[in-house]
Amino acid sequence: MSVGLTGGSNPFRSVSRRDTIRKWHSHLMLVLCIGAVLIALIPLLSILFEVFRQGLPALSYDLLTKRQYFQYFAGGGIANALWGSVLIVGTASLIGMPIGILAGIYLSEYGQGRPAAVVRFFADVFAEFPSIIIGLFAYGVIVVWTGHFSVFAGAFALSVMLVPIVTRTTEEALHLVPDSVREAGLALGLPRWRVTGSVVLRAAKGGLLTGSLLGFSRIFGETAPLVVTIGGSLFFAKGLDDTSSSLTYVVWRGATSGIHAAEVRAWGAATVLLLVVLAINISVRVITSRRAER
Amino acid sequence: MVDPAVGARRTAPALRETPSTKVAIGGLRAWFGSKQVLSDIDLDLPALRAIAIIGPSGCGKSTLIRTVNRMHELVRGARVEGRVVVDGHDIYAPGVDAVAVRRRIGMVFQKPNPFPTMSVGGNVAAGLRLNGVRDRAVLDAAVEKALRQAALWDEVKDGLDQPGVALSGGQQQRLCIARALAVGPEVLLLDEPCSALDPIATSKIEDLITELKERLTIIMVTHNMQQAARVADYTAFLYLGKLIEFDRTRRIFETPTQELTEKYVTGRFG
Ligand SMILES: Nc1ncnc2c1ncn2[C@@H]1O[C@H](COP(=O)(O)OP(=O)(O)OP(=O)(O)O)[C@@H](O)[C@H]1O
Ligand SMILES: [Mg+2]
Repeated sequence: MSVGLTGGSNPFRSVSRRDTIRKWHSHLMLVLCIGAVLIALIPLLSILFEVFRQGLPALSYDLLTKRQYFQYFAGGGIANALWGSVLIVGTASLIGMPIGILAGIYLSEYGQGRPAAVVRFFADVFAEFPSIIIGLFAYGVIVVWTGHFSVFAGAFALSVMLVPIVTRTTEEALHLVPDSVREAGLALGLPRWRVTGSVVLRAAKGGLLTGSLLGFSRIFGETAPLVVTIGGSLFFAKGLDDTSSSLTYVVWRGATSGIHAAEVRAWGAATVLLLVVLAINISVRVITSRRAER
Repeated sequence: MVDPAVGARRTAPALRETPSTKVAIGGLRAWFGSKQVLSDIDLDLPALRAIAIIGPSGCGKSTLIRTVNRMHELVRGARVEGRVVVDGHDIYAPGVDAVAVRRRIGMVFQKPNPFPTMSVGGNVAAGLRLNGVRDRAVLDAAVEKALRQAALWDEVKDGLDQPGVALSGGQQQRLCIARALAVGPEVLLLDEPCSALDPIATSKIEDLITELKERLTIIMVTHNMQQAARVADYTAFLYLGKLIEFDRTRRIFETPTQELTEKYVTGRFG
């Protein structure tokens, strides 16, 4: 079938020198951009590669189920550190997430004027605080006060880090809920707290979950605050009052020990740490893209 | 100070014959911060009628209806003075609970705004359920009744579990009307309910309004003169925050007493 007359010179064909230069210019920019991305990716990929190259062979049933041995001895595992990480980060989440979510709700739904500005200011400052300072704060408050290192001291430090992260992500997630939805609820004769609890929070639950998971993975990978608070025991922590190790602690100690057996365990711990953090971040991706589809 | 050209005309004599006044507005003023957007509005709105509010953009139509269910004060810095009397009770009297007022005076907005995470049925039931009604049978019956009143039942009865936001724009707007009706309001405020809809969806909503005024009082903001002429028994013309004229719709469109009104309804405006 004919699409009409197609004779003559097509005015859309670019022939001028200027157009040619422009085309090359745009090709060049594209190549430069791709190059920059590759350069940025190289260190990232080589970290992943190196951790898995050294760490995957170290992964074994024993590594995941046995407790640490004294660092000069080969064998043993990192199960006590894994348990410590779960206990510390879990406790920190139980303390930090409710506070962060409530603070985020306050900022988004009720936060106007000076008190909110103060809360927002502190959330920003604390979110950017060097984590070692927060660790020293926990040391000064909990360790000095109780007289010993403990899971709780570490969890306290991590919860102090977690609160501002969760506060801001919660506030952002709630801001994504359009005001028209709040108005709809209020116009039905629902009290404000009901609209917040049953309509707004419900609409934002994907965002809240994402923010909480990101906060969790962020504190899961923290080392500095734990170095000065948990004491680094080789045994399973028996409770919040006990000393403990953590995955990051094992990595730090092993990597700086110069002892082969400890280094192997450190690579193993680093691999487990990386896998956990990757798993969390990938599930966040999946959750957010699912939500975007709807 | 009242500009003579913009002199507010008080209630038309014909209205006094209307037996019952549902909403009586007296000396109403409203502000956003220091900016006054309504000045000294007096209006007696009859029960079981459809009343249209017309006027150029920014003249205060939305603000006016939002003072009738105490939504205006939710905007930060917004303030109201004067009286809005519903069935003889001043809704701005001290001690009156705005939440209780809104339960009796429903509102539908310009853009359909179903609750995003709720199903069609969930949206309609929301007002009752979140106010503590737990009985499934009661909720189901209320959902069906409201959807029938909103002329949406036949289209959604097999998909009550679908998300409300999956409906078409016109269906969403009727869903929002059903949601407002389910809590049993006596007055329904509609702020340009058809401005986001196509002509077919618009005429469905107009038919619906005509049916609904058998049961409740309808106050509707519209930019569409034909729409006001088609569905409203009474029409109020607002200009720069002042009530210019209020009368039976026919008179507003055929024999307005104010020059401004005539200019506006004939489209010879500014
Ligand atoms: N949230 C607000 N803050 C400050 N001023 C506002 C706010 N909302 C509306 N106004 C102002 O109040 C006046 C009346 O607004 P309103 O929304 O009631 O007008 P309207 O007649 O509904 O207009 P439209 O036909 O465009 O919807 C306008 O001048 C507007 O600029
Ligand atoms: Mg408006």
